[in-house]
Amino acid sequence: MMTDLPVWAAAVVSFLLVVAGFFALTGSVGLLRLRDFYSRIHAPTLANTLAAFCLVVSILITASFVQHRFVAHSLLVSFFLIITSPVTAMLLMRAAIKRQLRHDLKERNEAPEQG
Amino acid sequence: MNQVLFIASSFALTCFVLGMVIAVYRMGTGPTMADRVLALDTMYINGMLILLTLGLRFNSPLYFDIALLICIFGFVGSVAMAKFLLRGEVIEP
Repeated sequence: MMTDLPVWAAAVVSFLLVVAGFFALTGSVGLLRLRDFYSRIHAPTLANTLAAFCLVVSILITASFVQHRFVAHSLLVSFFLIITSPVTAMLLMRAAIKRQLRHDLKERNEAPEQG
Repeated sequence: MNQVLFIASSFALTCFVLGMVIAVYRMGTGPTMADRVLALDTMYINGMLILLTLGLRFNSPLYFDIALLICIFGFVGSVAMAKFLLRGEVIEP
């Protein structure tokens, strides 16, 4: 199980863990509650990146105290997530806009034939 | 003080699991296809966070490598699916 950390390090790590859980839950609830896709895409991409950053900093503090040296390799996850999350969001938004435009065009072409 | 850390990591794990459940619900009932891809994106990031928290609790470095692999391959999968929604094929000639 967990090794013994100093009191202030354990307090900081606990606080970061709670903040990470809160932000991840906020992002997912935003995915559930918001109205349409264009407002829905804001919640998970922003909040999950911040949750991953808080979690990675807490892992960095714990690993540095356990191994008695500065361990920074856990920052790789946060770095990679900060790079890749906007790319996914932009591609998804473009796909949604394109599909909406295609749908509207098809409806507009089909409407005069019926009327 | 270890007890506080245990409770905090349990709270974080609960939040991540709830986020995964919500993402699965949105993936099942998403009105559009882009919603489902976004829910899958949220789900793999939540799974990655669960693995990182387990690595912190069990104090093992193995979980970190798995989390990094999930991060990379999840990104590739999300981009492939978004590209498929955009054009109708993943790799264009």
